[in-house]
Amino acid sequence: MTNQFPPETSDAKLVSRAKAGELDAFEALTNRYEQRVYGLAVRMLRQEQDAEDVTQQTFLSVLENLEGFRGEASFSTWVLRIASHAALKIIRKRKGLNTVSLEEATEPSDDLNSIPHPEFIADWRQSPEHLVEQNEVRRLLDDALTRLDEKHRLVFLLRDVEGLSVKETAAALELSEGNMKVRLLRARLQLREELTRVLGDPARQLVRSPHHNE
Amino acid sequence: MKCEELLAMLNEYVDGTIDPAVCVEFEKHMAGCNPCQVVVDNIRQTITLYKDGQPYAMPVQFRERMHDGLRKKWKEKFPAR
Repeated sequence: MTNQFPPETSDAKLVSRAKAGELDAFEALTNRYEQRVYGLAVRMLRQEQDAEDVTQQTFLSVLENLEGFRGEASFSTWVLRIASHAALKIIRKRKGLNTVSLEEATEPSDDLNSIPHPEFIADWRQSPEHLVEQNEVRRLLDDALTRLDEKHRLVFLLRDVEGLSVKETAAALELSEGNMKVRLLRARLQLREELTRVLGDPARQLVRSPHHNE
Repeated sequence: MKCEELLAMLNEYVDGTIDPAVCVEFEKHMAGCNPCQVVVDNIRQTITLYKDGQPYAMPVQFRERMHDGLRKKWKEKFPAR
């Protein structure tokens, strides 16, 4: 596909050209974010057909609502919010929930005091830069992510993978910031545990002293 | 600071939003507690790995279909151009 805009053209510039009715600018924005939106949707929904639906709906919604986009948030954040909202709708439908909110009530598991302690502690044998290239590592990442509880997975995806702020993630998932943070901590710790069991160097495994104080 | 307290502040430390006074305590603990230091490293590496991991590739046919649909919608919205 030809694209008349050089890669350094800012999103803001493309947005204003698209608002003025330039199809090429809108297509350039779509090209920039479609892969990210699709990737997020697959990871949220674990189902490719639904991820396609979410991706399509997201960019249709961008098209319909672009005029109303005032640039308070960055364009990427705005698009990711639309995408996560569309994906959440599908998740709620699957669960047969008609309510808007995903279990906002504080559950016992959202209590900071019940956070599980790290068990397998060891330096990794390779750096993330080397690991990320390997197919078996990608499978490991996917499997570990799939084993997370949905509520933990969604928080991790939006906050750590997509880089939304704490406030934006909480707003997108309709959670309090407190609940969102505890879920994020659980997600991070569980993923760390699973990844370290495979990627950690057993020869360098460390044991925590039970009553370390300093 | 105890290991448990460090765990409770882990998000804020990794995200760089920790209160400076607490940060001093946090780092003092880590300097004397190798396991906590490694856990913090592991967490950072975990996040990096997921962030930098290749996204799922969009199927080409779907992409074409979507772009066709969007162009059509666009022309309905801006018929004069």
